[in-house]
Amino acid sequence: MTSIKQLPYEEYFLAGNGSCPGCGLTIGLRNVLKALGKEVYMVVPASCSSVVQSPFPNSSATVPLLNTPFAASAAAASGMVRALKVMGKDSVVMVWAGDGGTFDIGLATVSGAAERNEDLLYICYDNEAYMNTGGHRSSATPLGTFTGTTPTGKKENKKNIPLIMAAHGIPYVATASIAFITDLYDKILKAKDMKGFRYIQIFSPCTPGWLLPTEKSVESAKLAVQTGMYPLFEIENGIFKISAPSKAYLKKEKRKPLTDYFKLQGRFKHLKEEDIKLIEKWVDEISEEYASMDGKKVV
Amino acid sequence: MRVLIPKSKPSKGAVGKTGLWRTSKPVVNHDKCIKCVICWAFCPETTIFRFQDNSVDIDYEYCKGCGVCANECPVNAIEMVED
Repeated sequence: MTSIKQLPYEEYFLAGNGSCPGCGLTIGLRNVLKALGKEVYMVVPASCSSVVQSPFPNSSATVPLLNTPFAASAAAASGMVRALKVMGKDSVVMVWAGDGGTFDIGLATVSGAAERNEDLLYICYDNEAYMNTGGHRSSATPLGTFTGTTPTGKKENKKNIPLIMAAHGIPYVATASIAFITDLYDKILKAKDMKGFRYIQIFSPCTPGWLLPTEKSVESAKLAVQTGMYPLFEIENGIFKISAPSKAYLKKEKRKPLTDYFKLQGRFKHLKEEDIKLIEKWVDEISEEYASMDGKKVV
Repeated sequence: MRVLIPKSKPSKGAVGKTGLWRTSKPVVNHDKCIKCVICWAFCPETTIFRFQDNSVDIDYEYCKGCGVCANECPVNAIEMVED
């Protein structure tokens, strides 16, 4: 396992980009690019990251990058993989998409590319709503959350995309968090050397969208794991494994109270006691389910 | 016919000098610093330099003053000062 001091010095994402102060996306992208190095081709669909990284004629990313429409990222990346193969280049193609471009609008092409087992690395940074367009609900938004389009709290729960992706029979699926940067780095290194469709979902807080003080973005990502709201795991060739940062928090008595996580963020301010009980029930259920799956072949 | 390709070139400060967005700035107390480089790893802006001896310095030209470094520092060696 890599330690923080072992992370490389090289930076592939430059300062002075268009991200909001405290942005979780750029913490993730910076460290993902450190793991992948120079030999990577990026595909970015419409999302915060397309705004952050390329205000024409400048770009903050120092690697080749293609901006695509919302739904086309996985399809464009599939073509790029084949073109690179014809050119005889052995580079990694990475899609860096938001949760809207993965869970909702892009799902058709993502599912298609996964079914064909295209040789690409698909990374979804999950900030749990359409933050670029002003914070509308997406199917990644958790139960009870306030967004621009769910002013009284969302009535449905988050779609479990990692397990849906695993059901495609792809070689690698993982969830990671920007608060556990070395765990994220190791997962990217592992995925980099694999062939076939690899899916990694990174939890990345959004300070304006979550009504979160800018300095609390990493802290809230840490609490999401410690309260069991966002369990970290990997599914390698069908075998489910809980990741080290989440291991202790599968047991109910070890988990921090959900209110610790909620009180930092304005998007949970309206929650009543019964709402919190409902979310707690979901956390208990999902933690129990994952604990029973740990170490077993699930797909 | 000349064809124009909408291609961006990598450059620092793609949206300008983002240090102007700041209302408070992080100041490192080097006597307290234990050189753990946690602030460098979590900086969303790539504005914390890490030297070979693991000491850090801040690029105030682009630092947006989010305060993540001060919040994550395990020994409170970074203080947010009004700019």
